[in-house]
Amino acid sequence: MSQEARARILHHLRQRTDRALSVPTSNFRVMTPDTPTREQMLERFERCLTSVHGEVIHTPAAQWTDALRDLLQARQLKRLLLPARHAVGVEARAALADTEVEPMTYDRPIEDWQSELFEKVEVSLTSTEGGIAETGSLILWPDADQPRLMSLVPPIHIAVLDADRLYPTFQEAMQREHWATRMPTNVLLISGPSKTADIEQTLAYGVHGPRELIVLVRHP
Amino acid sequence: MSSQEAVRHFHPRARDALNNPRIRQNFRRAMDGLMQKRATALQDHDTEALRDLGAAIRQRALSQLPDLLEQLEANCTRNGIQVHWAQDGDQACQIITDICQQQGARSVIKGKSMVSEEMELNHHLAEVGITALESDLGEYIVQLAEETPSHIIMPAIHKNTEEISELLHDKTGTQRSQDVDYLTASARAQMRQAFQRADVGLSGANFAIAETGTLCLVENEGNGRMSTTVPPCHIAVTGIEKVVQHLADVPPLLSLLTRSATGQHITTYLNMITGPRKAEEQDGPQAVHLVLVDNGRSDIYQDDQLLDTLRCIRCGACMNHCPVYTRVGGHTYGTTYPGPIGKILMPHLLGLEDTRDLPSASSLCGACGEVCPVRIPIPELLVRLRREAVDGDSSRPSVVRGHGVKRHWTEVGVWRAWAWLNSHPRCYRAALRLVMALRFLSPRRLGGWTRYRKAPRPAARSLHQHLLQRNRSSS
Amino acid sequence: MTSSDRIKLYPAKPEKVYFFATCLVDIIYPEAGLSGIELLEHAGIEVIYPADQTCCGQPPYSSGYINESRAVATKQLALFPEPWPIVVPAGSCAGMIHRHYPELFAGTPLAEQAEQIARRTWELTDFLVNVCHLQLQDRGQPRRVALHTSCTARREMGAADAGPALLRQLQQVELVEQARPTECCGFGGTFAVRHAEVSGAMVEDKLQALEDSGAEHFVTTDCGCLMNIDGHAEHKGSPVRGQHILSFLKERCL
Repeated sequence: MSQEARARILHHLRQRTDRALSVPTSNFRVMTPDTPTREQMLERFERCLTSVHGEVIHTPAAQWTDALRDLLQARQLKRLLLPARHAVGVEARAALADTEVEPMTYDRPIEDWQSELFEKVEVSLTSTEGGIAETGSLILWPDADQPRLMSLVPPIHIAVLDADRLYPTFQEAMQREHWATRMPTNVLLISGPSKTADIEQTLAYGVHGPRELIVLVRHP
Repeated sequence: MSSQEAVRHFHPRARDALNNPRIRQNFRRAMDGLMQKRATALQDHDTEALRDLGAAIRQRALSQLPDLLEQLEANCTRNGIQVHWAQDGDQACQIITDICQQQGARSVIKGKSMVSEEMELNHHLAEVGITALESDLGEYIVQLAEETPSHIIMPAIHKNTEEISELLHDKTGTQRSQDVDYLTASARAQMRQAFQRADVGLSGANFAIAETGTLCLVENEGNGRMSTTVPPCHIAVTGIEKVVQHLADVPPLLSLLTRSATGQHITTYLNMITGPRKAEEQDGPQAVHLVLVDNGRSDIYQDDQLLDTLRCIRCGACMNHCPVYTRVGGHTYGTTYPGPIGKILMPHLLGLEDTRDLPSASSLCGACGEVCPVRIPIPELLVRLRREAVDGDSSRPSVVRGHGVKRHWTEVGVWRAWAWLNSHPRCYRAALRLVMALRFLSPRRLGGWTRYRKAPRPAARSLHQHLLQRNRSSS
Repeated sequence: MTSSDRIKLYPAKPEKVYFFATCLVDIIYPEAGLSGIELLEHAGIEVIYPADQTCCGQPPYSSGYINESRAVATKQLALFPEPWPIVVPAGSCAGMIHRHYPELFAGTPLAEQAEQIARRTWELTDFLVNVCHLQLQDRGQPRRVALHTSCTARREMGAADAGPALLRQLQQVELVEQARPTECCGFGGTFAVRHAEVSGAMVEDKLQALEDSGAEHFVTTDCGCLMNIDGHAEHKGSPVRGQHILSFLKERCL
């Protein structure tokens, strides 16, 4: 059925009644504004992210795990899901060894621990592939070490962003890093905690995903 | 009543909506807010240049549509996404049902998909004993109420908090509450169970990228990510026109989409899916299917003017800015897509027979065309469909089904007489003199006009007569 | 159409213009037409009124009766042989000629002529402000006034700034803001008859917004809107009544 439908649809499109269509040019100049400075990008990133209820914590790169520890302690968060192999996970695990935090890792398929992930994990920690200043967005490329649901299921998501990995725009991020030639199974842009306005235009956070998004911005 | 029949009878539904103060207020308030948000979000942008780019990207994709669809299919297949083609909604439903049955699926969790509404997928699945649960909060509310979405972006916008509270109380046993956080949290709790139990996750796609074989989903809630990640099987269903050529085409379209729809710089999530779970990965569906649905779109594609309809990125800005939609609400249209875009799209999907009152339900004020992020000339397309509806020769082939359906000899006669009179200036002026002379006889009642207004009275002397006299006295 | 197609190039102030009055002005509001002519003359322009003009053809056009529309429009094309600007005291009729004649005649022997006439067609308030650079001396009593700019003047002719620019020249006139100024009044030609209830709801809201603005009086740039809103005001017995902006300007300034 599908093959027959395919042939018919493509045939119908190719044999169109009106003349063949010409391909218009598209001018992308509007997508490349003046190059902002690092400070401008940071300011814009923070302004955008906080305007959508995200939280930004600045920390010197060398002391970022202190900031993490303070954060977890202040909120009395214990069950922390973190990457097993990525430096962010390794460093955090070491720094939290003498605390009450229970590190958890996503080292088996979701099917093997789904209810635990959904019900036990209080907070997750992930790295990022950078941020987008224009929209206050985080770029995540989930992988075997930091699977897709890490940034979605736990009620609080803490993401680590290096200040020197801010891109002015989405366009620039994907072009500079040649995404088109190496797309992984899943790429995410995350701009704030999960939210809805489906009840009378009133904003409510944490509808399906995290109710809090906290970004630790590491300054070199 | 079948959905086809339900589409007709715009007028009685419009009357009901206009006489319902709650509907009037819910829509007015929501649309005012959305218009304001869009204007604010586009303030610091060269909006017109961005719209030019959006229109060009969509037009570029359409101009190579069959090639790009093949490229999309090839790249998706290479990535492990199985591609299916459906000529109409029934075929698409059958494909999805087959996949579900092969999976032994009993339950489907759905992210938001207007195409699935278009083909009444939930209904089809129910017939074979598969339950479909909507996970977008607005869609969930609408499903509980056994209604259809009244807006393509905000499906439950016709309801206020009190009504939703009452509905959730009746159907799910939550407490009655005006606290939106509480209502949202209770829906979250129920939905979290459902995500874990579901056998199949179903979603739409905002963009399908030919170059990389990637599906893009734009959302705020995270239900789309849940639906496409937790269940072992993900089925994406989308119209054939949603394909874009390059990955780099996405940022401008995304920017236009979110700003136009809800006045956001960006939504909380952009989810780009380029394949099922790989062997070493821990989550994501084992199988990903893409169902490409035609359902009338390739017919629209035949015609150079109507083709513009297919540029649509489903932002809903046209309805947010439409003075008719604002007053009658989404359900009055009786169609999957309401508002201006519905008026130019649904006649192709259902035929003019059933949608005959839609193209005329516009004052042609142009607000929709003014805000459309991809510059669809909606007013011009409405005029085109009006023309199709009164087309004289219904045996002439037309890409619009049911053309000529509204042609009536009295109306034809009136316009012919009108054209004759206005093409013969002497007769026009003689008629004018007659009208002026007999102005005391001019009717007091003029159908619907005088229900709200006094009937216009001809002046004592026409401008022609004034100027004739002026010329005489000056010469 | 792209944004770069929309840049308007105003001509230098001409010696003569053609005046295309439109049928509603001719039949219902001739004083608005006379006022427009007098304002142009006041600006030092000779006004030519082709006596054989009837209607632009918009009513059948927007109802889908394209042949009937083209028949009437064809007659109008012949009325403007000299290269003078054509000014129209209504956005909707100006829009019909400027925006829709080229499409209406595309592929016919009259295409070139239609294009040419479309290019020199102007909405009158826009023309008075941006071509004539009209200077007005207000001689009237103090008045609070609201303006309803027609959707066609605003969106098809890009003339939304002209009405306010003219009214702001009047020292004794306070131009007040209404809620949702850009929203349609609900006229839309045959729409007001075919979808009387929706149109009625729109005009009710429009008049309400005008009343709530604190205006004593409203003016519009189009006779269709005027007939609609003022017809409703009369029906409702509203103290806020309307007038064509040209009549208002002429009364106060000439």
